[in-house]
Amino acid sequence: MNKILIASIARALMLARWKQTLVAAIGVTFSITMFVTLLSFMNGLNDMLDSLILNRTPHIRLYNEVKPTKIQPIDKDKNYQGSYNFVESIKPNGGRLEIYNNASIINDLKEDKRVLGIAPRITAQVFYNVGTIDLTGVINGIDPEAENRLYSFSDNIVSGNYLDLKTIPNSIILGKAAADKMLAEIGDVIQITTAKGEQVQLKVVGYYQSGLQEIDKVQSYCSIATTQKLLGKTNSYITDIQVKLHDLNKAPEIAEEYRKLFDVDAIDIQTANAQFETGSSIRSLISYAVGITLLIVAGFGIYNILNMMIFEKMDSIAILKATGFSGREVKIIFILIGIFIGLFGGFFGLIFGFSLSVVIDNLPFNTPAIPNVTTFPISYDPKYYFIGTIFSVLTTYFAAFFPAKKASKIDPVVIIRGK
Amino acid sequence: MSSKIVLESKLISKHFHDPVDIKVLHDITFSIRESEFVSVIGKSGCGKSTLLYILSTMDTDYEGELLIDGISMQDKKEAQLAKVRNEKIGFVFQFHYLLNEFNVLRNVMLPGLKLGKYSNEEIEHRAIEKLKILGIENEALKKPNQLSGGQKQRVAIARALINDPIIIMGDEPTGNLDKKNSQIVFDVFRELTHEAKQTLLIVTHDPEFAQKTDRIIEMEDGRIIRQ
Repeated sequence: MNKILIASIARALMLARWKQTLVAAIGVTFSITMFVTLLSFMNGLNDMLDSLILNRTPHIRLYNEVKPTKIQPIDKDKNYQGSYNFVESIKPNGGRLEIYNNASIINDLKEDKRVLGIAPRITAQVFYNVGTIDLTGVINGIDPEAENRLYSFSDNIVSGNYLDLKTIPNSIILGKAAADKMLAEIGDVIQITTAKGEQVQLKVVGYYQSGLQEIDKVQSYCSIATTQKLLGKTNSYITDIQVKLHDLNKAPEIAEEYRKLFDVDAIDIQTANAQFETGSSIRSLISYAVGITLLIVAGFGIYNILNMMIFEKMDSIAILKATGFSGREVKIIFILIGIFIGLFGGFFGLIFGFSLSVVIDNLPFNTPAIPNVTTFPISYDPKYYFIGTIFSVLTTYFAAFFPAKKASKIDPVVIIRGK
Repeated sequence: MSSKIVLESKLISKHFHDPVDIKVLHDITFSIRESEFVSVIGKSGCGKSTLLYILSTMDTDYEGELLIDGISMQDKKEAQLAKVRNEKIGFVFQFHYLLNEFNVLRNVMLPGLKLGKYSNEEIEHRAIEKLKILGIENEALKKPNQLSGGQKQRVAIARALINDPIIIMGDEPTGNLDKKNSQIVFDVFRELTHEAKQTLLIVTHDPEFAQKTDRIIEMEDGRIIRQ
């Protein structure tokens, strides 16, 4: 009852000054529009860059690092258990890049409920022979189907068909930059030299482009079988097992678990790509800072308009207080006006923000570095709309709070006697 | 005089502190009974308005005791005093203080809606009744700025009456009006005391107006010199 009355008074005061109210609301609309668009754009960009790296990176990679053994024979000797044993000039014993018993590890992983999928891999250091010069390169032996399912491999194949890797023996998908250097067309046969010195001829069936020039200059793909042949290994030879999880955030703990369980090295995505997380969070931080600054500016607009309104409506406030409205109720009236401006302006801000996002989303954006992106990236995460709403109400509340407090403190005697 | 005491002022004093400490009211003691028509007169600066605002509960900076309807106003909080004003006191000022955002009817209804004792329809009905008493029911749907000065003041009186207050306080209610309108306002007050047994306390500097009231309290230099 009383609430309706207070709201109706707030409404009347607002309508009496509807132009100023509208200007204040437009200020909020503008800042919320920019806030939402900026964050959507920035995070769209973040997601795109992240997917460029993170989606192509296994959540956990199991491998064997070339490194010296931690436990040296002397540590196992009973006579020296209690002593500090210093062994100098330890060297890795090498040749243990292979993951032993990988078939049973793969079976175990397939049964793990947290695992979305796995893709085995072999990495082999090679030289691409171009005439008289050799270019260093890395050949990844992959299972093309598994690779595509988990890491959208085909997105990065700019020409050719990735399945040819499996069907055509001794085939290779070359990195685009490497192919450009070697002037290798699809269908050409190129020659490579393996680390062991063997020369092998491979048929080019496609180009791969990740968007990262440094990678494209070096990286090429063959099937697992071809790579095993290349290295002169048996068909059980696997150097990497890539694991994709359902929940990316659990990667560090699961990696730790696998490290112990399978006695291999395991690296999680967070550790391997710490710099991307940092970049993303700083970009978000900057867009939040800009968005909030805009809102605060809009807040000052509301503050000014309410202050003016209170100055003009001194008489009305005085008589409301004289006829029985308490200071608190007067305060609520003005806070209501502020919050209404916030909600009204914020609502349109969300709509305009969304519209602007759609427009940006449809603007063409072609970059040779990222082949599968044709328009500007936008994130439509409802989170930003939610945060925008919360902030618009909060800033307008605080912008209204101080003028409202002033209104509640108005002494009707001073106003009425002053006439 | 056996009727009940509506308002009682016991030894009320007040100081102004700015710029220097001056005592503007000296131990004011008097009481007003039900259905009395009392006027307070005195020269400009004698403290009559100051006294009225203390009696109205809007000014709380005083010494002494104020009883309205037998209840002490001491130690009441701001919101409680607001409630007392809403329920028990009607105000008519020199200026009408109507809200231009609302029409006449709504202006009259406002304190009633605030009190919330009756339903909206009932308050509207009562407001029209009050406007009828003051002979301006035809202006009910106009905005205050479309009315003449005299009409506005009558709307203000209707607003003061809406909650059937135990006392109506007026600060120079005819101060801004011409002779004819002053007479109308006075007649309205007169009628209210006679027919509705309404208690009235009017501060005025118009001796002619005061002469026609039931009782005159005359003030000088912050003291009552005649009552």
